[in-house]
Amino acid sequence: MARTALAPHATPPDLIRNFCIIAHIDHGKSTLADRMLQKTGVVDPRAMRAQYLDRMDIERERGITIKSQAVRMPWAVEDAAGASTTYALNMIDTPGHVDFTYEVSRSLAACEGAVLLVDAAQGIEAQTLANLYLAMENDLTIIPVLNKIDLPAAQPEKYAEELAKLIGGEPDDCLRVSGKTGEGVEPLLDTIVAQIPAPTGDANAPARAMIFDSVYDTYRGVVTYVRVVDGNLNPREKIVMMSTRATHELLEIGVISPEPVPSNGLGVGEVGYLITGVKDVRQSRVGDTVTNASKPASKDLGGYRDPKPMVFSGLYPIDGSDYPDLREALDKLKLNDAALVYEPETSAALGFGFRVGFLGLLHLEIVRERLEREFGLDLISTQPNVVYDVTMDDGKAVHVTNPSEYPDGKIREVSEPIVRATILSPSEFVGAIMELCQQKRGSLRGMDYLSEDRVEMRYTLPLAEIVFDFFDQLKSRTRGYASLDYEPDGEQVADLVKVEILLQGETVDAFSAIVHKDKAYAYGVMMASKLKDLIPRQQFEVPIQAAIGSRIIARENIRAIRKDVLAKCYGGDISRKRKLLEKQKEGKKRMKMVGRVEVPQEAFVAALSSDGDKGKKGS
Amino acid sequence: MPPSALPDGDPAPVSGELPAAALASIAGTELGIYVHVPFCTVRCGYCDFNTYTLTELGGLGATIGVDTYADAALAEVDLARRVLGDEAPAVSTVFVGGGTPTMLRSGDLVRMLSGIRERFGLAPGAEVTTEANPDSVTPESLAQLSEGGFTRVSIGMQSAVPHVLATLERTHDPDNVARAVAATRAAGMQVSVDLIYGTPGESLDDWRRSLETAIALEPDHISAYALVVEQGTKLAAQVRRGLVAMPEDDDEADKYELADGLLADAGFGWYEVSNWARSEQTRCRHNIAYWAGTNWWGVGPGAHSHVGGVRWWNVKHPSAYAARLRSGESPAQARESLTDEQRHDERVLLGTRLVEGLPVDDLRTGGRGAVAGLIADGLIDGAAAVARGRVVLTRRGRLLADTVVHRLLAA
Ligand SMILES: Nc1nc2c(ncn2[C@@H]2O[C@H](COP(=O)(O)OP(=O)(O)O)[C@@H](O)[C@H]2O)c(=O)[nH]1
Ligand SMILES: C[S@@+](CC[C@H](N)C(=O)[O-])C[C@H]1O[C@@H](n2cnc3c(N)ncnc32)[C@H](O)[C@@H]1O
Ligand code: SF4
Ligand SMILES: [Mg+2]
Repeated sequence: MARTALAPHATPPDLIRNFCIIAHIDHGKSTLADRMLQKTGVVDPRAMRAQYLDRMDIERERGITIKSQAVRMPWAVEDAAGASTTYALNMIDTPGHVDFTYEVSRSLAACEGAVLLVDAAQGIEAQTLANLYLAMENDLTIIPVLNKIDLPAAQPEKYAEELAKLIGGEPDDCLRVSGKTGEGVEPLLDTIVAQIPAPTGDANAPARAMIFDSVYDTYRGVVTYVRVVDGNLNPREKIVMMSTRATHELLEIGVISPEPVPSNGLGVGEVGYLITGVKDVRQSRVGDTVTNASKPASKDLGGYRDPKPMVFSGLYPIDGSDYPDLREALDKLKLNDAALVYEPETSAALGFGFRVGFLGLLHLEIVRERLEREFGLDLISTQPNVVYDVTMDDGKAVHVTNPSEYPDGKIREVSEPIVRATILSPSEFVGAIMELCQQKRGSLRGMDYLSEDRVEMRYTLPLAEIVFDFFDQLKSRTRGYASLDYEPDGEQVADLVKVEILLQGETVDAFSAIVHKDKAYAYGVMMASKLKDLIPRQQFEVPIQAAIGSRIIARENIRAIRKDVLAKCYGGDISRKRKLLEKQKEGKKRMKMVGRVEVPQEAFVAALSSDGDKGKKGS
Repeated sequence: MPPSALPDGDPAPVSGELPAAALASIAGTELGIYVHVPFCTVRCGYCDFNTYTLTELGGLGATIGVDTYADAALAEVDLARRVLGDEAPAVSTVFVGGGTPTMLRSGDLVRMLSGIRERFGLAPGAEVTTEANPDSVTPESLAQLSEGGFTRVSIGMQSAVPHVLATLERTHDPDNVARAVAATRAAGMQVSVDLIYGTPGESLDDWRRSLETAIALEPDHISAYALVVEQGTKLAAQVRRGLVAMPEDDDEADKYELADGLLADAGFGWYEVSNWARSEQTRCRHNIAYWAGTNWWGVGPGAHSHVGGVRWWNVKHPSAYAARLRSGESPAQARESLTDEQRHDERVLLGTRLVEGLPVDDLRTGGRGAVAGLIADGLIDGAAAVARGRVVLTRRGRLLADTVVHRLLAA
């Protein structure tokens, strides 16, 4: 039952429940959140609209424009005697995808419980499973919920059993809801109050609040979301970020319900936002601990980690004169993305650009898409690569983030990053998946049946293989049914070589790749034949070669062009022909010269672009 | 012969009036008139010319057809006379093209020519050509044309090989080509034949046979075009569906070289990329005007014109064209006034197609700088450049004219 909300700062911890919803994309998290906002009365029925929290930005002209990361909702339950108590429920959003495991872990750390929301017509997906395991590691109370039970295709019995097997307990413990009709949502809210433990903390200790999200807002600067563990934070006091020791003034503190509401502070167990006027999320980092400047805590909450880029790619403007715009755009994105790192890089073929480090492929795609969409840039991104640690025979160590930096001399050892991958799939594809993982240099760590026909496979795989085309292959070999999740798992020594691509004898740095010895030939053949199709014929023959050092492993030839004249050019053809010529002249400006060979930008884009949605997860 | 896709341009005034700057070129420049005849009995599969079968035009109920066409065209000749004014010189060349001009009665073709003569006068020795389909001419009709002032007939032969003609969907009887050539000559006119090479399925020997057949006819002039798969044609659809193969550049290059060799041996000299003539006197002066950038007025639906740096083109459909003229409006659909840079581009683009070539001095600094490299690459003739200061394409250069032009256009 909805009730008058409890005032922040004055809410006793045992009346607070902090939870998140773990769900795969499209399993109905936003819809369920809408129902919760309605049932708890924080959104007026007249103001209600679908996907309320996701779309908060759209109509806003002023104030905070970013989507809400934590919402506070009142909910009253009656005890056996009929007495009603109002609780404050904080629903905390988790970023949904693999590249942001660390961010997910911080959101989970802000909660005592999690609603595991699974589409009753689909069952659980690998990514959800990964987040579920994270939640279990964090000792969160899990409330299993099957959603969309209104669907005729729903199989709640089957998936309830699957969930019971995963988290323990009985299939009957699984709640059944429909975010669409609202059925089962009130019992779910009651269950949250009943099962999720209240937060605990020392109200009299110096404040310790964990940052679980930090977002840049054009109007307000960085908005930081925190979960208070001990003590309290108050408006206008000075606070300290414990990892950097930087001091800021609290310009505003409050809760979101579902609009930001300034409060008199935040106390033990509470979740809310802070605004200090800083302009860069690096000054207010996820995982850091906030404390009072006047009475600082001696020990932080632990678990802070610097984001570590795992995948690198060169980003180049297609039009060289856009380089300053690209720099500016990256500088802006960085304000909101603590994990984004980049430094200028020059490529003989592509000109001036940046080598950019990402948490993973998805992060890369998000950044690239934002640069193109929000900043109107046309970009070439080079084949993504992982980081290699090369030890030379003389003991010198080289850290390689770009294949062109791969050292030439005698190499003693190369190591590459590896990941722990989890694959969920219908059991009929086990053979196909094993074969793929074998080809991709994977080793099986274990395998479990989730139900009769669904299996969970755990592998160790080189990240480089995932970055190359693993996900595409997995999808195609399992007709789209398998889902994948992975997380970094250290490094391994491997037998790697650098394959270079030469056009008319000149190395084209943008096409070089570091690959496993056994894959070098396939890569060379693939790239050479791709380029043969992409590079237009020139006045002279152009040999394309793939080489390891001085050894040629593949070659193709682009034959010289013999005819390009338009045979017929009479009165009526002239305007048409001249316009074509003008267009071609523009096209020539977009040609990059590799030695004497003219290579159209499009050829670079096509040769380097990952075909299709390689690496995209789940959705 | 206007291509059926018209370019975008600026609006053209209803009066057809030209800017003063363009008209300033009128008095001192040769003037040609092109007359487009937009009718054919059937449409060949490769053809994208602005031409219509009588069924397409709506049969007997059509507002314009072969019987009324000459009068519509003459109304535009009147307009041309008004717009160009008293300064206009006598016309040096007339070219009636199509479509199939010989679908009109010879009397109508002659009447159109007379109309031009009455309004502008014909210069002494004027060249007057009509295109003709081998099936649609007779000794009588040809004699009538000659009497009426025509001096030249261009015959669409395309190939001497039946399976090639079939792929092209040419319906004419191959034997009629020789008859038409003989009858044209008998009527005292020059004769030219058009050939197409690179048709899917055409072997090098097929092409040799077509060339030898054409040469044996002893025409005054031969045009040979590489087959272009034009968008929107039936041929393009067949290629897209994989029913016929796309013509290949390398094959066309072989065939061009074969043609240039055989024709030279038979005494035909090239004077434009796709044109060879038995002597300087039998070159087509009207067509040379297109490449030399002089003035011409194109009469008829979809026809293009050029006067003093202004290009315009008429509305495409014959009915729309006739309607415009009936209401006293110019049939021009749009036009463009060329900038200096565009005029330079065109001069290089068109001038290099001709055996006279382009004066090196007409090039910009960058273009002049490219000449030595082009000679070294064997694309332009070193002797002509050194001795006469002209850019003349070699045989290899003619095939790679696009590349050459791009290099010569360097700023
Ligand atoms: N039939 C049915 N559809 C639902 C239900 N909940 C969500 N959906 C639909 O499932 C799709 C994804 O829902 P959404 O809430 O955006 O999922 P999210 O990606 O997890 O936030 C939308 O088309 C919803 O309308 C439900 O309970 N029943
Ligand atoms: C206006 S057209 C045709 C005149 C006449 N109707 C005929 O077809 O014989 C002049 C010449 O252009 C050539 N031609 C037409 N379409 C062509 C194409 N798609 N590719 C190459 N040459 C073409 C043919 O050689 C044709 O004879
Ligand atoms: S006869 Fe000539 S103009 Fe008519 S359709 Fe055939 S090629 Fe085109
Ligand atoms: Mg959503």
